[in-house]
Amino acid sequence: MRAALQRFARNRLAVFGACVLLGLLILVVTSPLVFPGDPFRLAGKPLQPPGQAFVLGTDTLGRDVAAGIAYGARTSLLIGVGSTLSAILFGSIVGGIAGYYRGGVEIVLMRVTEFFQTIPAFVLAILIVAILSPSVPSEIIAIAAVSWPGIARLVRGEFVALGGREFVQACAGLGASDARIIFHHMLPNCASSIIAVGSLLIGTSILTEAGLSFLGLGDPNVMSWGLIISAGRAVLRSAWWICTFPGVAILLTVLGVNLVGDGLNEALNPKLARR
Amino acid sequence: MRLFRYLGHRLLLAVPVILGIVVLNFFLIHLAPGDAASVLAGESGAATPEYMALLRHKFGLDQPLSTQFFVYLLNMAHLDLGYSFRNDSPVVTLILDRLGPTLLLMGTAFAVALVCGTLLGLVAATGRRTWRDPVISVMSLVAYATPGFWLGLMMIVVFAIRLAWLPTSGLDTVGADNEGWDEVIDVARHMVMPAVSLSLFYLAVYTRVMRASVLEQTGMDYVVTARAKGQTEVGVMLGHVLRNALLPVVTMAGVQAGNLIGGSIVVETVFGWPGIGTLAFNALQSRDLNLLLGIFFVSACLVVVVNLVVDLIYTSLDPRIER
Repeated sequence: MRAALQRFARNRLAVFGACVLLGLLILVVTSPLVFPGDPFRLAGKPLQPPGQAFVLGTDTLGRDVAAGIAYGARTSLLIGVGSTLSAILFGSIVGGIAGYYRGGVEIVLMRVTEFFQTIPAFVLAILIVAILSPSVPSEIIAIAAVSWPGIARLVRGEFVALGGREFVQACAGLGASDARIIFHHMLPNCASSIIAVGSLLIGTSILTEAGLSFLGLGDPNVMSWGLIISAGRAVLRSAWWICTFPGVAILLTVLGVNLVGDGLNEALNPKLARR
Repeated sequence: MRLFRYLGHRLLLAVPVILGIVVLNFFLIHLAPGDAASVLAGESGAATPEYMALLRHKFGLDQPLSTQFFVYLLNMAHLDLGYSFRNDSPVVTLILDRLGPTLLLMGTAFAVALVCGTLLGLVAATGRRTWRDPVISVMSLVAYATPGFWLGLMMIVVFAIRLAWLPTSGLDTVGADNEGWDEVIDVARHMVMPAVSLSLFYLAVYTRVMRASVLEQTGMDYVVTARAKGQTEVGVMLGHVLRNALLPVVTMAGVQAGNLIGGSIVVETVFGWPGIGTLAFNALQSRDLNLLLGIFFVSACLVVVVNLVVDLIYTSLDPRIER
């Protein structure tokens, strides 16, 4: 573990990503203090350019763009992490069962996984949110529903590789139940690869969430970056700042998550990560 | 002859995928809160009670679920995707009318991403100890984190509003009845920004894959042999490494085909490109779920076709695959 931490700390890009994420976390935690009150509240005159009364300006309804970004960070992280955890849970169960039992079960489950990998993910996510009505839980379900196949394939591969190992056979010999072997003994052995792939999945999920809320599929009562951008689109010609700053926030966040993910990948799986 | 048998085999494999999409669509209709008829009619309240009754009868919504599924399957087999009240037109016609612009945009973005990504990956991998590799790698990291729709909006601000070099939206200039090459140039000018914003993410993906793949190949024995017989470095790269290194990129391209359609929905919305993406956005605004389901079905079929093409490219790159 310490060796992995050292490898991570030597990776300058990964450390930069970690700093960006730390800054974002501080922003999320301190936002109620720095920007008290509802981010939907009218803070001042509409369409004020940045750098005057408000650092990042105001939007068409006189809402503070900086406050919107601070509260949107919470939504983005919540949905990004929430949907990734759900995808890991579901993907691990599917991949674990397929890789443990093999045979017909594996063929069927992997065909279903490949099917979900083939169909257009974002279109399916749009459909799911549109059908379930736009809200944060719907977005989490929709993004998880399109991002679990990668995890399932990864876990299945690891389970197939672990299947013949002595410790698994020893557990089976001692009479441990299948569920115990899968969840207590085999899954923890896949933890490092799941963490590495899962952390990259958070970045993709945040991008997907931004796309969904840009199309108007986010919860209209919860501040999010995509929502600010879609609201500012109509006045792009006169007020560039409304669309610009939330996009920069998305870019920096996703970049930070991806850099940390790459760093974790190299630190936890030094042999695999030759890239 | 063997190619045809291979193609037939692949087509056969595509059947369960299409069937799966139909099952998924059927499931989604029933997942929606409320009556399935209201989903099929579009939740806009635009449908008349007579039409709702007709829908119930046509889809057998008063019948058991198994019968409903059979009826649904039969309709889909006839490519009957229902009727959009909002647009006053059958769903199939609506989608087919918009297919052309979307295919044009997607194809262009795909080609740009593939060609530029391959080149950049090759340049980065061959310049490991120079400034080229870090610069290209950092650029691809940033591009990989940029939302396509935001990039599109930023390009509109810079190139259309400030500099006024390019048109902001649409497929061609309205009212200008261009013909021949004038029309081609006009459409190309409208397509520059949408194609760039759609392709940048995939360009970054292919650059990363190509770079890793070239680095892997350069350690192989056949490359050492090629160098030893006195091939120039450029000759080794283009004559030996390129073809082998392309295989993972083509695989990735097949995997990404589905995502490209999703990306084009947001990008088309930003640029008012009259394709399936704008149609999907309008369907969302009017809660026309049946139209959305139709778009999902057609785009999934499109992915299946693209994957078939990718398979064919793969076999022509690596004849060992064909069995």
